[in-house]
Amino acid sequence: MTQYLDFEKPLAEIEGKAAELRALARGDSSVDFADEAQALDTKAAQLLEDLYKTLSPWRKCQVARHPDRPHCRDYIDQLFTEYTPLAGDRNFADDHAVMGGLARFEDKPVMVIGHEKGHDTKSRIERNFGMARPEGYRKAIRLMQMAGRFGLPVITLVDTPGAYPGKGAEERGQSEAIARATEACLQIPVPLVSVIIGEGGSGGAVAFATANRVAMLEHSVYSVISPEGCASILWKDAEKMIEAAEALRLTAQDLQGLGVIDRIIPEPRGGAHRDKANTVKAVGKAIGTMLGELKKKDGAALVKDRRQKFLSMGSKGLAA
Amino acid sequence: MNWITNYVRPRINSIFSRRETPENLWQKCDECGTMLFHRELSGNQNVCTNCGHHMAITPRERFNALFDNGIFTEVKVPEPLADPLQFRDQKKYPDRMKAAQKQTGEKEAMLVATGEIGRTPIVAAAQDFSFMGGSMGMYVGNAIIAAAEEAVKLKRPLILFSAAGGARMQEGILSLMQMPRTTVAIQMLKEAGLPYIVVLTHPTTGGVTASYAMLGDVHIAEPNALICFAGPRVIEQTIREKLPEGFQRAEYLLDHGMLDRVTPRTKLRDELISIVRLLLGMPQAVKGDLAPPEPTAKPEATAGK
Repeated sequence: MTQYLDFEKPLAEIEGKAAELRALARGDSSVDFADEAQALDTKAAQLLEDLYKTLSPWRKCQVARHPDRPHCRDYIDQLFTEYTPLAGDRNFADDHAVMGGLARFEDKPVMVIGHEKGHDTKSRIERNFGMARPEGYRKAIRLMQMAGRFGLPVITLVDTPGAYPGKGAEERGQSEAIARATEACLQIPVPLVSVIIGEGGSGGAVAFATANRVAMLEHSVYSVISPEGCASILWKDAEKMIEAAEALRLTAQDLQGLGVIDRIIPEPRGGAHRDKANTVKAVGKAIGTMLGELKKKDGAALVKDRRQKFLSMGSKGLAA
Repeated sequence: MNWITNYVRPRINSIFSRRETPENLWQKCDECGTMLFHRELSGNQNVCTNCGHHMAITPRERFNALFDNGIFTEVKVPEPLADPLQFRDQKKYPDRMKAAQKQTGEKEAMLVATGEIGRTPIVAAAQDFSFMGGSMGMYVGNAIIAAAEEAVKLKRPLILFSAAGGARMQEGILSLMQMPRTTVAIQMLKEAGLPYIVVLTHPTTGGVTASYAMLGDVHIAEPNALICFAGPRVIEQTIREKLPEGFQRAEYLLDHGMLDRVTPRTKLRDELISIVRLLLGMPQAVKGDLAPPEPTAKPEATAGK
């Protein structure tokens, strides 16, 4: 059963009616509602198509946060073989908001690292809703550096509301951990590709996404601050998140225009959460292409290109 | 009532009263409430002479006190694209910029300069909290890159004074991209074998702390400076409990291993001279006021050429 978002209400009504008709028909064989149900299905499909063709930035935020959206775990399960999780920062703890380890992608050994939000109450709490603590970033640094030493390409999957704002996290150096993770991204002499699969929340996302190639799913978002946070600071009213989402230019389409990301991965009709399998497949294809583009470069060239890419960022603006 | 009482006398009075009470001669300490005479306060680098509370200081005032005889040369920072997102909240971003420029008399939130401290050549960069909360946008990113490039070119250490509420929201994702950009700048320094010293001042928060402010060879903070990633209010809302006294203040961070030292502003200059000279293998600096560099040629003679 799909969880409908608030703007999908009309769709929920139509799909509900179609389901009702079919239930009626099953109970009473003398009536045939097949045609009517079919008509409603067509109408629903059209509505879905229209809704998702022109998603506003705030609606994209809602879609990016949809609980049924494929998460890091789904991608790792379906795109990688021989996944061997590696745990811990060798210092304090293992952060379950960050998963990572050795694996094979298209049969070749790689290191995969990503934020995992969890899929039900228990796993969401265990994963801390994808909000990493310093240990998570330090684990990622360790894995990236290991990949660097053994010449393994690194793939990062970004899906986090942001770094965890907690007492312990601050005491253990959240800022330093993020800064060092960004630094590690810039230093490793191996291909680093990143896909923003849901939410790219601020510094917590940058720490993984300072990559040679960055792709975004069509309805994912990547921003310096959440629309709610921005609204409460600039509008002094957290309810102005729709305006804030608009102003922040956090959609994949705007970010490509600004030269911040390299490619957009199209989502199935009605968003990634309506067709997980095909979303995962599309992301896999994009990762393959991006790794292919970097295959011929040696370590020094990869590091140089990555630095240059970020140094030259900001030369393109958006028109009103 | 006549022309004299109605018109002339008020005019005369207003001229005199304006002269007699210029504003800002006295400033109240935010902490202990002592009234401080402006010369006394600026002579003490905006540190309260009564309780030692560190008040905000602009980059220019700081450089005047930092560099030998207050002499420094500004480093030109490449201009970024203005208002790349066409950002509008309740005000337009260009209007907010103009207001900040008018209020501070500065172009942007960071000043970069070269000069000498205790006859030790350095490059310094200082963030201006009075300019839109010191927020890190593309200009600040460019300033840090320019500072690092200048330091590498002149083979000098970089001393950076951080002060910021975080990233500049009005530049959206491009302000976020200053985290990797400034990290690249710091890597240039490290690869050139040059010291990078960060002085964290009140407040240093958000993406600024989570990039160049936490990547120094040496981290020094001013007393009681707030230094954090997430601010105390956000944390209190998240964990729904009161935070301990002094949480995220300089001394707290020192205790938790995030800083090397907490040093009062008035002692900072000597300490920086010492650290830089130790790191670069230079002989100990001569303390106290130095004699003018060389017996200079007569100014008339040089000026005539």
